[in-house]
Amino acid sequence: MSDQRCQFLVIGGGPGGYVAAIRAGQLGLDTVLVEKDALGGTCLNIGCIPSKALIHAADEFEKARHFANGSALGISAGTPAIDLAKTVAWKDGIVGKLTGGVGSLLKRAKVRSLIGQARFLDGRTVRVEGEDGPLTIRAEQICIATGSAPIELPALPFGGKIISSTEALSLAAPPEHLAVIGAGYIGMELGMAYAKLGSQVTIVEAEDRILPLYDQELTRPVAKRAGALGIDIRTDARARGLSDDGALEIEGEEALPADTVLVTVGRRPVTEGCGIENLVLDLDGPFLAIDDQCRTSMRTIFAIGDVTGEPMLAHRAMAQGEMVAEIAAGEPRRWDKRAIPAICFTDPEIVSAGLSPDAAAAAGHEIVTAQFPLAANGRALTMEAADGFVRAVARKDNHLLLGLQAVGAGVAELSASFGLALEMGARLEDVAATIHAHPTQGEALQEAALRTLGHALHI
Amino acid sequence: MGEHVIKLPDIGEGVAEAELTEWEVAVGDEVREDQVLAAVMTDKATVEIPAPRDGKILWLGPAIGDVVAVGSAIIRMEVAGEGNVAPGEALPEPEPAPQPEPAPKPLAPEAAPAPVAPAPAPEPALTPAFAEEDLRPASAEIGLPRPPGEAPLASPAVRRRAMEGGIDLRRVPGTGPAGRIVHDDLDAFIATGGLPVGAPGTAKVRNTGVEEIRVVGLRRKIAEKMATSKSRIPHITYVDEVDMTALEDLRAKLNADRATEQPKLTLIPFLMRAMARAIADQPEVNALFDDDAGIIRQHGAINIGVAAQTEKGLVVPVVRHVEALGLWDCARELARLAEAAREGRASREDLTGATITITSLGALGGIVTTPVINHPEVAIIGVNKLAVRPVWQESAFVPRKMMNLSSSFDHRVIDGWNAAVFIQRIKDLLEAPATIFIDE
Repeated sequence: MSDQRCQFLVIGGGPGGYVAAIRAGQLGLDTVLVEKDALGGTCLNIGCIPSKALIHAADEFEKARHFANGSALGISAGTPAIDLAKTVAWKDGIVGKLTGGVGSLLKRAKVRSLIGQARFLDGRTVRVEGEDGPLTIRAEQICIATGSAPIELPALPFGGKIISSTEALSLAAPPEHLAVIGAGYIGMELGMAYAKLGSQVTIVEAEDRILPLYDQELTRPVAKRAGALGIDIRTDARARGLSDDGALEIEGEEALPADTVLVTVGRRPVTEGCGIENLVLDLDGPFLAIDDQCRTSMRTIFAIGDVTGEPMLAHRAMAQGEMVAEIAAGEPRRWDKRAIPAICFTDPEIVSAGLSPDAAAAAGHEIVTAQFPLAANGRALTMEAADGFVRAVARKDNHLLLGLQAVGAGVAELSASFGLALEMGARLEDVAATIHAHPTQGEALQEAALRTLGHALHI
Repeated sequence: MGEHVIKLPDIGEGVAEAELTEWEVAVGDEVREDQVLAAVMTDKATVEIPAPRDGKILWLGPAIGDVVAVGSAIIRMEVAGEGNVAPGEALPEPEPAPQPEPAPKPLAPEAAPAPVAPAPAPEPALTPAFAEEDLRPASAEIGLPRPPGEAPLASPAVRRRAMEGGIDLRRVPGTGPAGRIVHDDLDAFIATGGLPVGAPGTAKVRNTGVEEIRVVGLRRKIAEKMATSKSRIPHITYVDEVDMTALEDLRAKLNADRATEQPKLTLIPFLMRAMARAIADQPEVNALFDDDAGIIRQHGAINIGVAAQTEKGLVVPVVRHVEALGLWDCARELARLAEAAREGRASREDLTGATITITSLGALGGIVTTPVINHPEVAIIGVNKLAVRPVWQESAFVPRKMMNLSSSFDHRVIDGWNAAVFIQRIKDLLEAPATIFIDE
């Protein structure tokens, strides 16, 4: 067994971990990254990127199917077909390109990457069981970035026809009848994609509506579109398991025949298998507790990303990783972000940054708010995407923006403006007085600000 | 009970409008007959509007700074007995009179509500629902950057700089919109040594407040006049010293011997008489230059404006026909005008028609001033402080009562040479005061 030393050790090569490692390398720290599986983590391999690839393919296929019946645009086409195996191969190509890119970025930052399972021996020593045999690494500072994994339902253990999002991204063919358990953003994104790919989709949600973490104004256009795609949404419904003949049993309802059951009821932190329990770190529920520098209760150990809890978003983990690397290099840093935008890549897309009107009011703010409908936006109409709106939420006394939300086709890209406006501490007047190019959906942001101020121009 | 409407009265010849400069009462006040309700200002005169009878103020029309046409309703009162309008009769809204043509726009932003504006002025649609002051931290008076518990607002770059400089942004006042801390605020905080604002033991506290003062009334008139004078007239300022010893002796003698009904003589009447003599030789300085028309009007009348400081600013009452007045007449007229101006009761007549101006700060007069010509006049004579100074005479320094005259001329129509000759002539007259009074 060989021994190594380093200044900064990162456990987990997802977006949080690899960013932390690259930044630490840039800052001249002798850095080691340990990844048990594939660089890029959930996000690149079995999450954000592959799901967006699948969603894109589903959108394109659905468009072609739409043209097969003729269209208002005057386009008509033959009946399309899809070879999902080929789609998956194309997706794997993108994933490969990106994970390969991460590898070379790490190399360029002079980070030593190891593939293997890391296991804490003590607060400064980690043993790696890798391809090249076991290895002990002694590090001055360690960053835990082990991420999260899909939650399994005891009644519906993964295996066979019961799959998680991971398997859903690599199916050989669209299931004939797909049952999705959980109408959160993963279930809705994948459910809608498979509906577009031709599956008969049923979504089973225990709460009384889809996407319960977003307010109903934002989710209404998505529910409407899901209905139009023929998705059967069962709310206030609980899956109980599979019957003997393989149908999905739902409490108080008829069993649902389904050849594939996708369980997307949330994600849990990955803390087992790497000896974190030996360190007796403070927890926050199932998650590792961290302070505003992402330090755990052990001073030399940081934790970032999904293992530290909600919001489980790659861009949050990346920002944390960058900060932690800089702290490890001795720079003064503290988590002071005002906004972490969140996006549902449903159809239409939902984007939310900062506080919703309800959350702002609950936080004790007196607010002003208004939305600008995309039906009054020229660009949206030219894209046959008139459904949705952009909404601004601001403090009543000084018009400081508290939140920006939107729902509509392609509005995910507005998250950049939303985040910038909130992070810079913009007031409604700042957004209203910024020229937004015409004709773009971005104009709806300016108009939402204007409307909140009481003088929208185009409505 | 009836309603009495007070309209803006006709103030004087050719005055079609006046600017409301002061409300002496508020809506709901009980007033007595003859009590002053408001003051309005025309070109130069301020006119008070008295209550015509006892009553209660129901409505005040224009806001301070509004220019109101003669005849428009400005006040409504509830009076005992019959009023002068039928109850409930709709009143025509007071029409804002057009701004006087040559006047530049008022300096104050039109949209800003006057600080004591009466209620009915509707807010322009585009005005934000809150005033700028509201954005100032409420606790500015006690020196805290923002209300307790409120997180500081700053861009990521500012936050980063503060973090690296070891500055706790909670202690830094923000001057940006919504109290945002900008780079300048950090600079200022660092420049003051980063002392915790308002912390115990720090005597001095940064005050980031900005008070908006609407420029109205006399101040606005002065601002416009000064801007016109300075932008249109290329000034040449000429300074010379005058030995006032002999004149001061004469003045002391005349004051000592004066009859009780005679006013105390100041220097100004002597200067006025000396100017009248000098102007007889150089009528070109007693003129009005209509620069738009390209015509100089040399006046036979020597009407001397004398700048006087009042509580509300500078006014210039005019002593008319100095060429026809004796020394005591000048003094008497001057005393009357000065008092009227100071009390704000100068009539329009008293304040207009000057052909040349004297400006004096009295004992504050300093050594040199650069007086601003009262457009369209072409000359202004500035009187500086009189002081005993050593003067070289023959073979020794002797103490003499010396005074400078700092005078400006419109260099478009008065050459430097003529300006110098004019002042030298006045100097000669003042230094040998008998010559002022000896008829040729």
